[in-house]
This record gives sequence, structure tokens and C-alpha cells, in this order.
Amino acid sequence: MLRRTFLGAAAMLALTGAASAQEPLKIGLILPMTGPFASTGRQIEAAAKLYMQQNGDTVAGKKIQLIVKDDTGTADVTKRLAQELIVNDKIAVMAGFGLTPLALAPAPLATQAKVPAVVMAAATATITEASPYIVRTSFTLPQATVPMAEWAAQNGIKKVATLVSDYGPGIDAEKAFTSAFTAKGGQVENLRVPLANPDFSPFLQKVADAKPDALFVFVPSGIGAQFMKQFVERGLDKSGIKLIGPGDVTDDDLLNNMGDVALGAITTQHYSAAHDSPENKAFVEAFKKANNGMRPNFMAVGGYDGMHLIYEGLKKTNGQGGQALIDAMKGMSWTSPRGPVSIDPQTRDIVQNIYVRKVERRDGELYNVEFATIPNVKDPVKAAKSN
Amino acid sequence: MLTILFDGIAYGMLLFVLACGLAVTLGLMNFVNLAHGAFAMAGGYVTAVLMNRYGVPFLLTLPLAFLVPALAGLVLERTLYKQLYTRSHLDQVLFSIGLVFMAVAAVDYAMGSQQQMIRIPTWLQGRVEILGIQVGLYRSFIIAVCGVLVVALQFILTKTRFGSRLRAAVDDPRVARGLGINVSVIFAATFAVGSGLAGLGGALGAEILGLDPTFPLKFMIYFLIVVTVGGTTSITGPFLASLLLGIADVAGKYYVPSLGAFVIYTLMIVVLVLRPQGLFARAR
Repeated sequence: MLRRTFLGAAAMLALTGAASAQEPLKIGLILPMTGPFASTGRQIEAAAKLYMQQNGDTVAGKKIQLIVKDDTGTADVTKRLAQELIVNDKIAVMAGFGLTPLALAPAPLATQAKVPAVVMAAATATITEASPYIVRTSFTLPQATVPMAEWAAQNGIKKVATLVSDYGPGIDAEKAFTSAFTAKGGQVENLRVPLANPDFSPFLQKVADAKPDALFVFVPSGIGAQFMKQFVERGLDKSGIKLIGPGDVTDDDLLNNMGDVALGAITTQHYSAAHDSPENKAFVEAFKKANNGMRPNFMAVGGYDGMHLIYEGLKKTNGQGGQALIDAMKGMSWTSPRGPVSIDPQTRDIVQNIYVRKVERRDGELYNVEFATIPNVKDPVKAAKSN
Repeated sequence: MLTILFDGIAYGMLLFVLACGLAVTLGLMNFVNLAHGAFAMAGGYVTAVLMNRYGVPFLLTLPLAFLVPALAGLVLERTLYKQLYTRSHLDQVLFSIGLVFMAVAAVDYAMGSQQQMIRIPTWLQGRVEILGIQVGLYRSFIIAVCGVLVVALQFILTKTRFGSRLRAAVDDPRVARGLGINVSVIFAATFAVGSGLAGLGGALGAEILGLDPTFPLKFMIYFLIVVTVGGTTSITGPFLASLLLGIADVAGKYYVPSLGAFVIYTLMIVVLVLRPQGLFARAR
């Protein structure tokens, strides 16, 4: 009880703090900068800084201050940092959130303090339902997965084995793919791999013996390389089993280091560094230049668009945070490096094109080359609920 | 079926090379060294850095992946571990777990927290069919290397003068000293070799197990299971235990994928209930 009144008071302070003209507008960026998911944090931080560098640090006559905090990929740390940022730093908006549990932990704080939270990475479908102040600029796994199932069904694939890491997003991907693919008359066998087990050999052997037309895979991007190597080591690439999945396994950040084992993998996702548009060319070039040649991945584009959403929202509200800001963000649309995107006013989730891509070698480097587009995909989980 | 057995053996062999150093320090020297995995990680990083930054061929990095952790082990043994031989097991656990966290943080700082990737030479990639069994070349290579190591270790321990001195030093350090055996030199050498073997295991395993700064924590449990199940008084115990665990782990994940992760823990509990001194050790 005491805690609640305390938080309420904190929220009031946060609001009045953000509204006064002399104070800079503070954006709290909470990311895993160390630990196993540090690459997510690095990408998003670099993208957010790039956006500020390109678009200046003044919005609606107020200075923008970016506060980056490291939650090490642990949910209770995220929550503590969010509370500190809201109470002590009086931030106008928080952003970041590398993984699903990290986005869910501070959701009640966002609601109580009426501070908008921009999710730039975490991809479980239900996150935006956790608080009316959450808005997302990354993607949802079902959003990237259902088009994969449809593409597979249209391209002569009848029997698929799925292999996912046994945690929230993995199960999300498995369910979305299985229901979409069986609805089209396909056959699916499900396998789940423990998250902490990098030796895939028994699972891959099971796949080899089942002889499906394609293997659908979702693993967190860090261990994607490990998976690809073992897929090839087991000779599955030569036995005619296609490798398909949402784009996490061929993450742009790591793809080039995987070597030729990744060639030919077919994935669906919302962003590839090889996306052919002037906006993307400029983005990739500037990002590489600012970050020592590091290639932006789907995390970076989520961070970049998240900053764009915050900037444009603040312009619309003339620097006001809270309810006004989240209302301003709803329905906003713009052209991102990934293509045209908008924020669904009902679900506060992003609506975007999903691309079907194949790993190919271009100018000596491996890229996800897009060859088909499914325009304006909404998150299928929430779309199914509202019908 | 046989492919599963083969993969299980390869995995078990790898576990053995990683864990046998721990079996030696824990079993023979009666020292609880939870930092063992840090030496394995060191070996893996030596290989990764040499290959990726300096283009050294994979096979040439392996001796260095043994030597560097062995040297590090020697230095640490002489300066730090030596002080703790006579202390209680709790002190040893706290000390070595502290070392693990320091190693994790240091590697994270120096190398970044991402997975390190090594590219094994092309002649070790892919697989061949032998007698109708699909056999991965790299896994065969691991089995060969580890098989040689097992035989060599067993030979050194049971047939050489050093081996008998070591066993004497362990059984009763005071009497051994009285007989003119330089116990501390023997302990230091053993510790160094154990660390070196862990490093070699880390380098060989980087391809299969992955390599990132949390490696020592991720695999600490596996090492401890090998040592507890195998018993700690010989080399053969942990060796057979590693094989058993490797095969059980791989087969469990193949036949009952939904329970796969639990199989080896169940096995460990069963073994500890039935034979608390370890599966292959004589009762004390």
C-alpha cells in the first residue's frame, strides 16, 4: 500500500518534471549491455545514438537527454532500473527492453507512472497487452512466422519438423507456425531444445531420421551460428531438407561470421541489411561508419525506429509525456529503413512488411537477400483475438 | 541408432577431457576446484584468438590451448591455491567460485560477451558413412584424440614412477614426504596438467559446445556430475562415467526429447542414491 502511494507520488513528480520547460526531456534506455544478450544492447544503443546524431538533440524546443542503463539481461534489474529512472531521473519515456521477460517486468511501472515504454526488441506477441503504455517498434514472432508458414505451403513443402528453443518466444514461434501450416494442409512434427544446451546433435539426428521437406528453426540469435554449423555437419543441407524460420537464426550481426554453412537458408523477417531502398542504404552506411564497420541488424532498426517514434511523438505533443505522448504515437506511420511501417492504434504494435529472404553471397559478404514481400502484416495473435 | 551411440561417445569423451583434471584435483588432491571450467574456457579462447586474429591453423593451436592454461594453472597453484590446501572445503569452494566470477568478468571485458566462432579445417568437416553408420569427421577426431589421452593418462598414473609417487602423495602426504617425495612439486605438476587438459577440452569443445564468457558456469554442473558419478579415486571411473553420461544425454534427447534435459540429472540422483561413493569407486 505504502509502495503504491509512493509510486503514485513518483508518477506525479515525473509528469511535472517532464513538463517544466528548463528541464531536458530524458529518455531512459534500458538494455542488456553485458551478459549473453549484449549484442542486442550494443546494436540498439548504437542505433539510438545514430538517430540523435542525425536528427539533433532538440525536440519541440527542449533538449533531449538519453540515459543508457545496463540491465545485464535480468528481469528484476530491469524493473529496478525502470523505477530509478522514473522516480529519480523523472524520465519522459523509457525504451529498450532486449528480451520478453525484460519488457514484461517494468510494465506495471509504466501503467502506474503513466510513462510510455517503447519496446525496441522483445518479440513475444502479448507484451503490448501488459500495459496500455507499451508501444512496440520491433516485431512480434508470430508476425514473422505466419508468413513463413504460408510461403512454405505455397512452395511445395508438405512435411515440416520444427525445432525451437524451449522458452516464451520459441514456443510462440512453434505455435504460430504449426497452426498456420496445418491450416494449409501441411504436416508438422514439434521438437523443443533446452535453452541451455548448445549440442543440437540428438535433435538434429531425429530430424534427419524423420526426413521432412523442411526444418523450421527458432533459436535466440546468439546460438544461431552453433546451430547452423551442426546442421551442416550432420549433412542435413545435402539431404534436401530446406532450412526455414524467422530471421533470428541468420541475424545480420553474426551472419557473415557463420561462413558458407548459412548459404541457402530461407527466412522471413521485417529487416535485412540488404533491403533495397534509399533509406536503408543511407542507414546502413551511416551505421557502419559510426560503429567501426559493424553491420546493423533487426535490433538496430528497432532502436532507430523507436527513437523516431519518440521524436515524432514529442513533436506532436509539444514536448509533453505521459498519456498525451502515448496517444500521439498511436496510428503514426513513416518510412523506416525496413520499409513502410505504422503503429496500430488499437494494439500499439507495429504494422510492417514481412520479407522472404535467402542467404546469398554478395560482394564477398553473406546477406539475407529479399525475394518476396508480404505487405502490411499485423500481429496475427492479436488480430485473431479481435475477430 | 548407432549414430546416436557414436555421438554419445564423442560427447562423453569431450566431457572426460574437460572433467578429468577436476577428477585429479578433487579426487587425488582432495581440493574442491570449482574454477576448473575457467581453465577450459582459457583454452578455448586461446584457440579462438590464435585462429581468428593470427590465422594459426587449428591443429597448431591445440598444443598452445594445453600449454597456456597449464602455465596459468601452475602460477595460480603456486601463488593462490597452495594457501588453501589445508583449509576447509567451504573456503575452497568460496575461493574457487570467486575465481570463476573474476574469469567470467575478465573475459567479458577483454573479448566481449558474444559467442566465439572457430572454423575447423575443411578436412574435419562433414561426415562419412562407415559400415552403414553416419559418422561425423570432427567427432571421430575428438574420439581419437581423447582415446589417446585416456590411455596415456592411465599409463602414467599406474605404470610410471611419477604416477606411483602421485598416488603415494595423495594417500598420505606426511609419509610420502618422509620418504623423500617432493609432494608440493608433484601437486603443482598435477594441477598444471589437469588445467592444461581442461584447456585442451575447451579448445576441442568450442565447435560443439560453443564458447562465451559464461562457459565455466554453464558446464560446472556437468564436470561435477562426471566426478560424482564416476568417483574420484581413479581415471577409469570418471572416464566410464563420462561415456555413460554422454550416451545417456544424447540418447535421452533423441528418444524422449520432451524430457531430454532431465535424463542426466535423474541418472546422477539414481547413482548417488545407490552408490554414494560413485559408480566405479571402491567404498571408503
